[in-house]
Amino acid sequence: MNDIVTVINLAYVVAAALFILGLKLLSHPDTAKKGNFISAIGMLVAVVVTLLDQQIISYHFILLGFVIGGAFGAWKAKTVEMTAMPEMVSLFNGFGGAASLLLGWATLAGMSLITLKTESAFTFITLFFTILVGGVTFSGSVVAWGKLSGKMSSKAVIFTGLRELSVLHLIGMVVIGYFFTTDPSNPVWIYCAIALSLSFGLWATISIGGADMPVVIALLNSYSGVAACAAGLATGNTILIVTGLLVGASGLILTNIMCKAMNRSLMNVLLSGFAKPVEAGEKIEGEIKVLSAQDAFYVLEAAQAVLVVPGYGMAVAQAQHAVRELQSLLEENGCTVDYAIHAVAGRMPGHMNVLLAEADVPYDQLYEMDDVNPRMENYDVVIVIGANDVVNPAAKEMKGSPIYGMPVIEAYRAKTVFVLKRSANAGFAGVDNPLFFKDNTRMVLGDAKDTINSIIREFGDD
Amino acid sequence: MEIIYLLFIVLLAAFLGFELIRKVPATLHTPLMSGSNAISGITLVGALAASGSDNNLLTTILGTAAVALASINVVGGYLVTDRMLGMFKKKQK
Repeated sequence: MNDIVTVINLAYVVAAALFILGLKLLSHPDTAKKGNFISAIGMLVAVVVTLLDQQIISYHFILLGFVIGGAFGAWKAKTVEMTAMPEMVSLFNGFGGAASLLLGWATLAGMSLITLKTESAFTFITLFFTILVGGVTFSGSVVAWGKLSGKMSSKAVIFTGLRELSVLHLIGMVVIGYFFTTDPSNPVWIYCAIALSLSFGLWATISIGGADMPVVIALLNSYSGVAACAAGLATGNTILIVTGLLVGASGLILTNIMCKAMNRSLMNVLLSGFAKPVEAGEKIEGEIKVLSAQDAFYVLEAAQAVLVVPGYGMAVAQAQHAVRELQSLLEENGCTVDYAIHAVAGRMPGHMNVLLAEADVPYDQLYEMDDVNPRMENYDVVIVIGANDVVNPAAKEMKGSPIYGMPVIEAYRAKTVFVLKRSANAGFAGVDNPLFFKDNTRMVLGDAKDTINSIIREFGDD
Repeated sequence: MEIIYLLFIVLLAAFLGFELIRKVPATLHTPLMSGSNAISGITLVGALAASGSDNNLLTTILGTAAVALASINVVGGYLVTDRMLGMFKKKQK
């Protein structure tokens, strides 16, 4: 080992320490910004020191790639709407996967005939794995991005033979993997592997519905890390292994949290496209009681404690700023305002928290489901904005319901519930919501933002 | 023997990752994801060698494309995470 290689590896140790420290600081909102900065320093150290590598003799193409990528990334980061974060994270997951795939391919293409003969099977197996995981991550993320951004239907695409098709893909991967590791100098196998992985990612994601997207994004996030780790194993680069795994672990933990919040196993989510649709259970009896925004104001004016439960509909209606304004008016009126956020509210983990933070809602007023459920009786009014399944009592009451067993925010136990909704139809998952028919529920129909603005105007006239 | 070392690193990094990320509160899960987008751009380090070494044309093209994609993640990921985290505020007392 010569001196420069030693220096590079030492710097990688420093970079790894900075990444770990950065993630540690991310565990509290007060220190998180500093943590992100430290992690960025770690990245800078790793990149700069790599450029010292004696193998690198030309910097033109590096610079070209970096300028193009960096400019696009910076533009995206500056202009993206907070409501569009799920799409952006999906897209970035995809870029991460594609980068690993290309790196794996480039590594293979750069091998001389002698290297191809002498290199260990371990290298070729990990290279193959890099290309597979990278490809699945890329095409899966592109589909997820299309569904989230509305460029394609968010409905699950299901057809007969989907299960067989997936099994065929998996068998194909094993077979191609065998041929590739025994004959790595033949480029045909690598093309087959790329095609197979792209096609598998496509079919695996297209069969998953929009409501399950938080799980899919978290899982693809994890894959992008695993792909980087595999690339590290193939090229013997320790910093790639460590950092890739940190990301892999992060995505996996989030996936697990999302699955738990829906009371489903990961397998159930991934294979939901193969399951038969659940027959509608018992019919819900009762009458929907509609309330005008003006009458809603009178109730709110008298309220002492209000709980807001936001959902994806709040993001669609861009109602977060109006909600924040209403919060200020209520607080001036001597009322306490809390927010309850379900783990799968929105289209990605923590989506609602970011939207409310954008609207200047302090993060210490945001509570998780388990914090608010025990004291639900104390709230005079619960305002449900664009949320449906996460407050659906069917999860507790109706055995036949597809969401039976899912932990929900028990809004129906509060004194009054306002549901702000465009119409009285079923929610995203297509499940009927008995909450709408409860005696203490009032539906305030119309665009959520308009409704809240009408209530705000009533406060002004007062 | 080197493979064993690499597998040791894999094992330890996986455990460390789980312990670290478990402590991140739900309110920061979106910044965590965009932040890990940025970190997964570490592929850039591997791509630099492929893009800049004296190799055949295919390797250079693939390497450069990998550098570009990974740079999107690194630059975009850190900037958007920073922008988001700047929005999280405590209640004014």
